[in-house]
Amino acid sequence: MKRYRHAASGVLVPLAAIGFWQLLSSMGWVNATILPSPMAVLVKWWAYLRPLEVFDPAQGSYLQWCFSGELIHDALGSLYRVLLGFVIGAGLALPLGLTMGYSKVAYALFNPLVQVLRPIPPIAYIPLSILWFGLGNPPAVFLISIGAFFPVLMNTVTGVQNVDSIYLRVGRNLGASRLTQFTRIILPAATPYIFTGARIGMGTAFIVVIVSEMIAVNNGLGYRILEAREYLWSDKIIAGMFTIGLLGLGIDTLMSRLSSHLLKWHRGLEQG
Amino acid sequence: MSETSHISVQNVHKVFESGGQEVHALKAINLEIPQGQFVCLLGPSGCGKSTLLNAVAGFSLPTTGLITVEGAVITEPGPDRGMVFQEYALFPWMTVEQNVAFGLQIKGVEKAAIEAKVAELLAMLNLTDFRKRFPKDLSGGMRQRVAIARVLALDSPIMLMDEPFGALDALTRRNLQDELLRIWTELQKTILFVTHSIEEALYLADRTVVMTYRPGTVKCDIPVDLPRPRDVASPAFNALKKDLSQLLMEEQSRHNQAEFRGAAVD
Ligand SMILES: Nc1ncnc2c1ncn2[C@@H]1O[C@H](COP(=O)(O)OP(=O)(O)OP(=O)(O)O)[C@@H](O)[C@H]1O
Ligand SMILES: [Mg+2]
Repeated sequence: MKRYRHAASGVLVPLAAIGFWQLLSSMGWVNATILPSPMAVLVKWWAYLRPLEVFDPAQGSYLQWCFSGELIHDALGSLYRVLLGFVIGAGLALPLGLTMGYSKVAYALFNPLVQVLRPIPPIAYIPLSILWFGLGNPPAVFLISIGAFFPVLMNTVTGVQNVDSIYLRVGRNLGASRLTQFTRIILPAATPYIFTGARIGMGTAFIVVIVSEMIAVNNGLGYRILEAREYLWSDKIIAGMFTIGLLGLGIDTLMSRLSSHLLKWHRGLEQG
Repeated sequence: MSETSHISVQNVHKVFESGGQEVHALKAINLEIPQGQFVCLLGPSGCGKSTLLNAVAGFSLPTTGLITVEGAVITEPGPDRGMVFQEYALFPWMTVEQNVAFGLQIKGVEKAAIEAKVAELLAMLNLTDFRKRFPKDLSGGMRQRVAIARVLALDSPIMLMDEPFGALDALTRRNLQDELLRIWTELQKTILFVTHSIEEALYLADRTVVMTYRPGTVKCDIPVDLPRPRDVASPAFNALKKDLSQLLMEEQSRHNQAEFRGAAVD
């Protein structure tokens, strides 16, 4: 009972917002090109989602046809770039972060450079990335991996540096080798930080993918809303924006589920 | 150093730097502990009991002086000196059984043998039902028992125990004391055991070492010659208890005065 009431109160504000929005449009208070009605956005969204052609078995399976809509195509394109960029960025940040956290020498060597590069927003790399990689996926993936790199790096370094020394003492008392200390104590002890970094990195990657699609590629959700602007299709812009929001929410929920599943042992993560 | 000593602590000093001030945690400590002896360390809080245990374990070496085990000078920690830490220090990312198994895995014991040993230890410490739990889901007493099981699994000739039964209720505590005595008799271990409880020291130890507060020195070294199993209600037990209480009270009041003076200076 309590749960339903909770869920009901959760939709209250969004419903009111949509109601107000609908009122604005149907009373004719705002121009439909500036702000289309929610209904118009929904219709557009459906058109955007739907397959463009009629089903033709010669072209492929039914399932393939279902996923042939423009929106699905764009969303998958964005998702692909986010994941590829994230894997590259985090994949480079993790080993470097572990090394910098573990070894004072490595930290002293790399930290100055990291501190100088870190405040540069990924967006500032756009000109250089186009100069280096031209147009298409490569510059986009490059930008996204820069976005994912630093959060994962910084959190991994902190995570390793903050491993409670008592655990290392127990490890030595039990006779653990340096390798065992690293894999069975330092690494698991640092995972809460690493996951936090990954979640932040994924969020950054998602922001960067939209921007980079507006500049370097001609598909994906970011490209699509910019393209819609050229034709003054504000309904499609808003439909695209909502899709971006939902996809971002989906990714973040997945990340948080994954980390609370893997960090069942951790005190601070019960709330998920 | 005598031939029969298992652990030999020779003129050990330990000085800590803290905030520009020197803290003389241990001063001129000498202890000869024969193989198989059960020694309890008693003393007021902050007198250096953990410091001494850490030095024997090899975590923080003496500022001056020597500690040897079977004649070899201690320079680093090792699984021959299993330690139960005052803070338990269970690995939170490992379940109860993984915590207990860890030392055996490091030793390279084969899987089936590890499972058997872990099951035996968990049963002994009444932890079988909780073997799949993580430390965050255990009570303080349970965590302490897991820490004990983890060290027992090592089967080290020397066991260093820093207030291992401090967080237990009276009944569990007595059970574990008896269990520890059984293990000690059976496996001929040398045990250095820190406690705040005079009764616990007298129930367990062959010998009780009372320490002084700042600097930490050995105030007195009292053999406990009562036959085992010991009867805590016997007149002999209580006579000894009274003597020890007297000694500790003296030390405690010195401690309080020292703290009072410290506070006055601040
Ligand atoms: N790493 C350290 N740096 C500075 N001072 C320390 C350090 N470790 C211990 N000390 C000091 O040394 C003294 C002895 O500490 P120790 O932890 O050995 O006491 P203890 O007898 O184990 O006390 P308790 O019964 O409360 O556990 C204390 O006064 C403490 O403040
Ligand atoms: Mg202590």
